[in-house]
Amino acid sequence: MINFSDPNFLPWLIPVGPLLAFVIIVLLTNRSRLVPATDRHEYGGHHPEYNGMLVPVVSPSSRVLSIVVGMSGAVAAWLMSWKVVFDALAVGTGTFGKSVFGSSVEWMALGDRPFTMGVLIDPLTIPLLFMVPLAVLMIFIYSIGYMAHDPRQARFFALISLFAGAMLTLVVADNLLLLFVGWEVMGLCSFMLIGFWFEKHSAYKAAVKAFTTTRVADVIMLLGIVYLYSQTGTLSFREILYNQEVLAQLAGTPALLFGGLGISASGLIGMFLIIGTVGKSAQFPLHVWLPDAMEGPTPVSAMIHAAAMVSAGVYAVIRMYPLFEAGGHPHAGEFTSPLLLMTFVGGFTALFAATIAIAQNDVKKVLAYSTISQLGFMVAALGIGAYIAATFHLITHAFFKALLFMASGSVIHAMEHGEHHVHEHGHGDHGHHGDHDEDYPVAPASIGGGRMELAYEAHDGHGHGHHHDEHGADHGEFDDVGGIGDEHGSHHPHDAHAHTQAHDHHFDPQDMMNMGGLKDRIPVTFITFVIGGLSLAGFPLITAGFWSKDEILADAWLGLTEGFGPQIFVFFILALAAFLTAFYTARQLCLTFLGEPRTEEAKHAGLGGPRSVISITMQLPLVILAVFALFAGFVGVPPDFPIFGALFSPEVNPFFEFVKYSLLVEIQPPKPPFSVWPVLTSFAVALGGLALGYWMYGRKPLTAGQPDPMIKILGPLYNVLKNKYYFDELYTIVFIRPSQAIARVTSDFIDRGIIDGILHFIARAANFIGDLLKVFNLWLIDGVGDGIPQGLGKLGERLKFLQTGRIQQYLLLIAVFALLIGLIFAAVSVGIAGN
Amino acid sequence: MFEGFSFPVLSAIIGLPIVMGVLILFIDSQRRDIIRGIALMTAAALLVLSGLVYFGYNAGVTALMEQQDALLVAETDHNATEMFYRSIAYEERYDWIPQLGISYHVGVDGLSTPMVLLTGMVAVAGVLISWNIQDRIREFMAFFLLLVAGVYGVFVSLDMFLLFFFYELAIFPMYLLIAGWGWVKLRQYAAMKLTLYILIGSVVALVGAIAMIVTAATYFETEAGAAVLTAAQTAGIVPESAQPFSFNIVQLTLAAENGAFNQTVFGSETLTFAQFWFPFLFIGFAVLAGVFPFHNWSPDGHVAAPTAVSMIHAGVLMKLGAFAALRVGVQLLPEGALVHLPWIVFLTVINVVMGAFIAFRQRDFKYVIGFSSVSHMGLVAMGFATMNVTGLHGAGLQMFSHGAMTALFFGCVGMVYDRAHTRDIPSLGGFFRRMPWVAAAFIVGGLTSMGMPGLSGFVAEYPIFMGMFDASEVTLRIGSLELTNYYPILAIISIIGIVITAGYVLRVTGQVFFGEFDAGKYPEVGDIAITDRIILFLLGVPLLVLGMYPAIMSPMIEAGVRPVVALLGGGF
Repeated sequence: MINFSDPNFLPWLIPVGPLLAFVIIVLLTNRSRLVPATDRHEYGGHHPEYNGMLVPVVSPSSRVLSIVVGMSGAVAAWLMSWKVVFDALAVGTGTFGKSVFGSSVEWMALGDRPFTMGVLIDPLTIPLLFMVPLAVLMIFIYSIGYMAHDPRQARFFALISLFAGAMLTLVVADNLLLLFVGWEVMGLCSFMLIGFWFEKHSAYKAAVKAFTTTRVADVIMLLGIVYLYSQTGTLSFREILYNQEVLAQLAGTPALLFGGLGISASGLIGMFLIIGTVGKSAQFPLHVWLPDAMEGPTPVSAMIHAAAMVSAGVYAVIRMYPLFEAGGHPHAGEFTSPLLLMTFVGGFTALFAATIAIAQNDVKKVLAYSTISQLGFMVAALGIGAYIAATFHLITHAFFKALLFMASGSVIHAMEHGEHHVHEHGHGDHGHHGDHDEDYPVAPASIGGGRMELAYEAHDGHGHGHHHDEHGADHGEFDDVGGIGDEHGSHHPHDAHAHTQAHDHHFDPQDMMNMGGLKDRIPVTFITFVIGGLSLAGFPLITAGFWSKDEILADAWLGLTEGFGPQIFVFFILALAAFLTAFYTARQLCLTFLGEPRTEEAKHAGLGGPRSVISITMQLPLVILAVFALFAGFVGVPPDFPIFGALFSPEVNPFFEFVKYSLLVEIQPPKPPFSVWPVLTSFAVALGGLALGYWMYGRKPLTAGQPDPMIKILGPLYNVLKNKYYFDELYTIVFIRPSQAIARVTSDFIDRGIIDGILHFIARAANFIGDLLKVFNLWLIDGVGDGIPQGLGKLGERLKFLQTGRIQQYLLLIAVFALLIGLIFAAVSVGIAGN
Repeated sequence: MFEGFSFPVLSAIIGLPIVMGVLILFIDSQRRDIIRGIALMTAAALLVLSGLVYFGYNAGVTALMEQQDALLVAETDHNATEMFYRSIAYEERYDWIPQLGISYHVGVDGLSTPMVLLTGMVAVAGVLISWNIQDRIREFMAFFLLLVAGVYGVFVSLDMFLLFFFYELAIFPMYLLIAGWGWVKLRQYAAMKLTLYILIGSVVALVGAIAMIVTAATYFETEAGAAVLTAAQTAGIVPESAQPFSFNIVQLTLAAENGAFNQTVFGSETLTFAQFWFPFLFIGFAVLAGVFPFHNWSPDGHVAAPTAVSMIHAGVLMKLGAFAALRVGVQLLPEGALVHLPWIVFLTVINVVMGAFIAFRQRDFKYVIGFSSVSHMGLVAMGFATMNVTGLHGAGLQMFSHGAMTALFFGCVGMVYDRAHTRDIPSLGGFFRRMPWVAAAFIVGGLTSMGMPGLSGFVAEYPIFMGMFDASEVTLRIGSLELTNYYPILAIISIIGIVITAGYVLRVTGQVFFGEFDAGKYPEVGDIAITDRIILFLLGVPLLVLGMYPAIMSPMIEAGVRPVVALLGGGF
């Protein structure tokens, strides 16, 4: 009997909770009740085209079940993960790197190399096991409120549980194949969740785009895995990455492609694997899917952008770092091809995405590009060998980015609420509390001590698509926030649907130009958003983002002083990107929260009453994450940093000293000594960017109708940035159209034209010979020539002979064909084998 | 070592559908319930028997593999043959025409056992999906059972004559089913095209097989050959009554192992028998597996066929070709395989990539699946072409995985078509909400086909690609040209096919199942009957089980491919 309290076995159970939750929700929730949809907001709302359709609505008990089961899975995973984390911390720094937790079982017999699957907890896993379940739990709590009104709430919890389970599987995996399993399942979940409102064409398109883009990268990554396995006969992390002999052997073998260019096997495998990350973590040039992924519900965006998917991409390259490093030594200026690839892709992406972000007006799109940019920071950091700094930034980024996404969801919700208010204005009676339609019984659910009303109020007689309830009452009052579950996704500017009826203008609740002055309307969101934003901008000393970003710059500086090219490149490009990050963050904060409301909707924005459970579930995670966004950085303060070093890490940098033991001692990165220049740079770019942003947008906030000052400053460049350098259009021309053309040519020309053409030609020839023989026969014996015109007439009709049923012709055809093919084979045999 | 039965189980599996198929013809054609009831009982009995065979075999496979390990290093001249012979379970052998060395000789090995199970699954699914056929159901079911019998026959045959006999037996009802019950627009053309291709392929293969048997007989009449035969008789691998002239596949394997097919022919200095005849045998059979450029019968055939026949056709019949190509082509002419598979692998890459592109282009729902089969069967042939344990192992898994997956696909398409009366993809839409089970099953199949981990497609494709990387030593020689190290590059090229697969699966899923549903246009679309659900579970669940826990099948396939690799001169 396996003792699951043993930390060697406990990791097996970590992903089980959410995976089990997925299975239970799928099997037990009842989705069969079909209800004719009207424009009632509970399933009308922002879902397009529901009107008049039968919509499967889960029963209230199923809703409760899905929430309870989903939450239980997340909580179980969180508790077990943290137990493992504390067990590992108890083992102690250094020692834990040598004796890790793990166990494995045999999974598949493959020749002499039976494949094992197992779990591994090493010093690198620990920070992820700390961060991922916590972020997942926060996202789950937030989702309770956010998805409360969606008819497919059960489906949502099932999928997001699977998503979390896959991420945890990936984290605890002890080999690359199991990591890949979690990786792919996550890709699938992101597909299902981005396209969660699949009736909406734009959502489905975004889902397909996300899936196919990452899929291209994934199969290349799979090639890397296959190549690695064929070289080493194992995919276990410990056996490959913690084994100097294997690494040296891989680095010494010339690659099978481009081996002549001096690329080693480890180099080629590394580049294949990095391409996988380029897709998953949305690095240039495969970044195009991530902004579109905003079509999914906001908790999904938080999941994809912070806790799970994109982090998984970076985690994978951090995990495989010893392989990339094999044969080189970045700290001595010797770079292998995978490291250079990461340096340039990451550095370029960091800057490139930051430039796009400054010209975006959609509150979520700004965050999407900032994610791409921040991931670029991590990849570039890893490229110059800043292994620990990349890990550190991965963790802090996850906290503040999850916070930012969920806060932006609150902002959007508040705007929708205001929009609803504007539309309802003048309708008079709004007293729908408790006035439930009989068809849709209320499911009172006691969660966390609060009473959650699943808001089945009916607004009969309204003809338009966005219904949010509870508008008449003042926002400060006890007020159930309906419509939270309604999706802003459908307000995508490119998407014309469901907005037509009863709408005079197209209102986009995600457009920051429509906001302004929200700080008084949603104070909790405002404060937490600002904390997240400052952390993202790297506001000095008091935010987590500062410490991790500073460590990357410090590492780059160390190489810069030695004069290593990649480090110089990384230092300057990241400093510039950090400056832009601070700038667009300030711009976003100012546009959203400061000044006067620029629209009527913004004036009435609100999150509902403070006592509503939905309001609590949506704000509690923000507060918790804000704590981490501020203080998580203090685990990684360099000891020689003035004042703070003495305060938080008097002896050693705890994060650095702990995590570095996931590497062999030979390749552990040196700890950068304290230097004042990178710190000053961090100060300058963060404060400078924030100040510039405030100066442009905060000093005199934009008023309604006033154009973005950026348009004037940037001129034509503004349009280029706003249109994301036209990459979508470019890819359509370069990849999509040619693929379609190839499909057309192979299908119509090669397959149907040539191959079938040859067949049809032979068929006709045989038909002709058959007819000729028959005619000859008739003519010879009967002297009658009436078969000739008949036979000729049939010639023109392709394959008509097939319907005539004349056995001798078939046999003749078979004989002709067999002879022909036999001759071809004989020729081939003689040609190939005969000499 | 294998669990025994108190009755000849394989003969029962072949005989039952033949007997019941003939019996059905005597029932009054109006009594539809009795007819389809009998057909279902027969298919269900077959599934049960197949399951018993499968799990009985599985129980003994560990012991078998240990025995094979020992045999690999044994000092005899029939190691590989004995490895093959020991892997055969439930063997039955009766003399049929002893003067010609023909016997009724059946048995299953590690490669055919999964195929037997697959056939049982598809047979049940095929009867269930034909439940509501109105037109001449009696004849339909009779032919269908005959087809099933033919398919089973090929998989379990251990006699070359028997193998060809069942091979033709499978094609004949196939033709009638497509021509008689198929899609009116295409059925005459497609049925004829299919029959011609397969018959021609088998005629070509038959010529090669006869040449092979004659050559083997000549060899066994020599002194050395007679000694080998005697030794094998002593070891109990071939029967005591064995004559030099024999259709026994085990005996032919023995000849192959001892180089009987390696002598030169036509007075040439270098051209050997195996090298000359390999393309005839391998490609002659592989036509049925849809190898490029002989694949074009298959999409037309799938589309024209009634749903049940499409299922068995794509699900099992195409594997018949691959299976026979491996058993007769590679196993009996290994020396030819070593020379020819290095160029045939190029054809398989074309299969994979081109099939996917063509599938991407189709508007007809069924053609998409048809061409996807071409693409996926290319992976099976690619696995053969690696000639190592890993790649062949993947090919074996892919045969099963693709069989269940494609049958599931065609089942889904049939269910949609029955209710919507069209297969034009752009005019469908939103079926997820009306047919959630079908949509879910289709998505499971789609994910399998794009190689999603956790589903059987991945555990099959991964070893194939790994086999391709392991095969980097394989050398292709044409004249003075020598090409080596190109298998991994071909693997890289063929991943384009995998990417495009994701593209067309998502495209079809999106257009058919997601988006808006037009209730006015498709008034009859509603959820599916219980019989249909059974089909979806029967075919969908194995994809999941195999994907999560491949150890349920991979050892027996491993045991099945080891002798082949040993004959090819490789270790494992």
